[in-house]
Amino acid sequence: MASICFYFQVHQPLRLRHYTVFDKDNHYFDDYKNAFICRKVANKCYLPANRLLLDLIRRLDGRFKVAYSLTGVLLEQLQLYAPEVMSTFDALAETGCVEFLAETYYHSLSFLYSRDEFLEQVNKHTETIASLFGQKPRVFRNTELIYNNDLARLIESMGQFDAIISEGADHILGYRSPNFVYRPQNCSKLKLLLKNYALSDDIAFRFSNRAWSEWPLTAEKFARWISNVNGNGYVVNLFMDYETLGEHQWKDTGIFDFMGRLPYEILKHPDNNFKTPSEIVACYEPVGTVDVPHLISWADTERDLSAWLGNAMQSNAIYELYRLEKKIKTASDDKILTDWRRLQTSDHFYYMCTKYFADGDVHKYFNPYGSPYDSYINFMNVLDNLHNRCSGGAAGAVSRELSQSKNQHDLQTVN
Amino acid sequence: MGDVMRVFMLGWEFPPFISGGLGTACYGLTKAMDQLGIKVTFVLPALIRSEYVTHVKLLTPASMMSAGRLMKFGELKNVTFHAINSLLQPYSTPDVYQRQIEETLRLKQQNRGAAVSFVGGVDYSRDMAAEVRRYAAVAVELARNEVFDVVHAHDWMTYPAGIAVAAMSKKPLIVHVHSTEFDRSGEHVNQMIYDVERQGMHAAAKVIAVSYFTRSIIIGRYGVSGEKVEVVHNGVERSSNGGWSLDETGIKKDEKIVLFLGRITMQKGPEYFLAAAKKVLEVMDNVKFVMAGSGDMMHRAVEMAAGLGIGHKVLFTGFLRGEDVQKIYKMADLFVMPSVSEPFGIVPLEALDNDVPVIISKQSGVSEVLRHALKVDFWDVNEIANKIVAVLKYAPLKMTLRSYGNFEVRRLSWKDSAAKCLRIYEEALAAAYC
Repeated sequence: MASICFYFQVHQPLRLRHYTVFDKDNHYFDDYKNAFICRKVANKCYLPANRLLLDLIRRLDGRFKVAYSLTGVLLEQLQLYAPEVMSTFDALAETGCVEFLAETYYHSLSFLYSRDEFLEQVNKHTETIASLFGQKPRVFRNTELIYNNDLARLIESMGQFDAIISEGADHILGYRSPNFVYRPQNCSKLKLLLKNYALSDDIAFRFSNRAWSEWPLTAEKFARWISNVNGNGYVVNLFMDYETLGEHQWKDTGIFDFMGRLPYEILKHPDNNFKTPSEIVACYEPVGTVDVPHLISWADTERDLSAWLGNAMQSNAIYELYRLEKKIKTASDDKILTDWRRLQTSDHFYYMCTKYFADGDVHKYFNPYGSPYDSYINFMNVLDNLHNRCSGGAAGAVSRELSQSKNQHDLQTVN
Repeated sequence: MGDVMRVFMLGWEFPPFISGGLGTACYGLTKAMDQLGIKVTFVLPALIRSEYVTHVKLLTPASMMSAGRLMKFGELKNVTFHAINSLLQPYSTPDVYQRQIEETLRLKQQNRGAAVSFVGGVDYSRDMAAEVRRYAAVAVELARNEVFDVVHAHDWMTYPAGIAVAAMSKKPLIVHVHSTEFDRSGEHVNQMIYDVERQGMHAAAKVIAVSYFTRSIIIGRYGVSGEKVEVVHNGVERSSNGGWSLDETGIKKDEKIVLFLGRITMQKGPEYFLAAAKKVLEVMDNVKFVMAGSGDMMHRAVEMAAGLGIGHKVLFTGFLRGEDVQKIYKMADLFVMPSVSEPFGIVPLEALDNDVPVIISKQSGVSEVLRHALKVDFWDVNEIANKIVAVLKYAPLKMTLRSYGNFEVRRLSWKDSAAKCLRIYEEALAAAYC
């Protein structure tokens, strides 16, 4: 039998406004653009997709199930700019067929730079989900499915999670299939769910590609592929961005019709069913351990961190950001802390990626900046201002690090 | 027409006498054509002095015609040169020409009886328009003795010559637009020059624009049909400079250098450079701004720097050549080109080739081919200053721009440009004979 596990990642970053070295105020984010994009995506994706899935759950009498990971930065924006989306998520939560996963509240790379900060963000996220949807997440997924053995250990030691999710990358699995439950290396209780990237990407990336030999992808065809798994695994993890539905794959590609048909086609086969990640974990025991000493992610063909940390600007920006942690936390000013955390969202570093600059492909689509250089300059200007705030300096004292540090000393002695 | 393409090229200055991008482009393109095996007859205006030429007496009235065959230029096997004695110079204007001709005549009168420094007793025309026509007539006489398949003319002063040679030889004309009167003069165009440009573009079988930016001006302002306007971006000549040594510059290590290099004219936006410098100095102290070049706005720029109270932070070097250019690149932390209207702009490529990161205006053709450059609107002084500060302040930014930019420049070769020109010649010929 094959259990199908759908998990959708739902996230929108808080984009920075154009911020020059001459700007002195503490307002860093582009409220207009963020509201505009949030409402646009709500109308194209979140609302119609939520309605469709809710409808499927009701029509199939609870035999269709899905999981979501909603980031904290997204939830804040939905509450502000598209509250009607929140009520459809509420309705989904009430069906009992929807599971919400845990992640870092700010969709950050904090695991790589600060364990303390990472744990605080995970706790903040699980508390938010519990208070909004009445369920405490039992399964963890890290930003961009970034994963290694250490992360699994850390998550197990938190004591509140049954499983962790990652990418079923070929180079970690070798001949093995992602269609089983595994155990992370060095863990005794935690289970590992791996994305079936081939089948997931058929929907997420290839669905509307006319150059693809399997185009057009019908629900019948896809259900057949799923049923082929029978005998060679018992779970198919279909993990993707929620924006696949209506935003990455537009409505006129037929993606909603596909999703509307798919559960029926899959359930035609008596051995198939839908399960949430927690149900999978409860149902199946690990068939082996998976050893991931080096960091992996679900991004690009490399499945590594190069999309966020691939060049000198990216490493520098994120290093400088986390270097402020102590200062930020001793300043004990909520506004400053929130601003600092909002700067941790991984998208800010993704915008600085020069890897695919040449081809202008998928990276460009998500990038509000004309070039990775512009995004780095903007980010560093903001960070400089934030730095001054938590140093107790006047917000206007810019570039002091570079030129005379005389000012800085003066200000510090005043403190 | 044989296998080998033969071009009658009406071009401009060659090393070591290069005053700007037009000469650099003509040289780079011709050199690459030579390597592709294209036969080029290169005709250029020059004040011919006897030490540089071996004379070729043309069978024409000496009072009107005079041309010299320059000695072979170094390594170029497939190129022959002809200099036509003329006062025409790149970037010249009717006013400048007027001053020049008066100066020349005065000199001549002084030297009467002494050794004549010019070849042949040339009578230069009294005004620029007439000189352009005289140049055309000499070019036609010269062309009578040459065998070629196409005529290729660079920028407006050679267009009448191109039209005349094409008409005489019944070969297709290709005009190559490196800049237009709108770039050089903004909205205050000289009607005579505009007319000459327009005539040349309309008479041509194909028009080559150095960028899409220029192509749209050619179509929009000169009414040329889009089908015949092709874009051939410029390349860059890789310099073989050695290592990086700061000692020889005599500049303090902690002092940053921001460089403007180019003609100091309206087109290049020197006032935006200075206004941005003023803003940078509001937040940084250890910076110097170097303006290398000369031009008709030089004095205004000096006054403006003083007026802004940043005179002590701005250095004017005057026009730089060869080794001095290399030296200034070695000193510079950043190159800024805030051009108001720049058909292409080769200098940023040279800067990157010399490991200097660049800020270029979006109103430039070169921004079409460069990704690893910071781009700004020329009028956005705040943003120019913002980016200057960022490059000086954040080493990783400078490093990334420099290494990726340098790598990117390696892909822009004159050979590709020459190959594109060859394809355009072939199309023009195919159209002419079908």
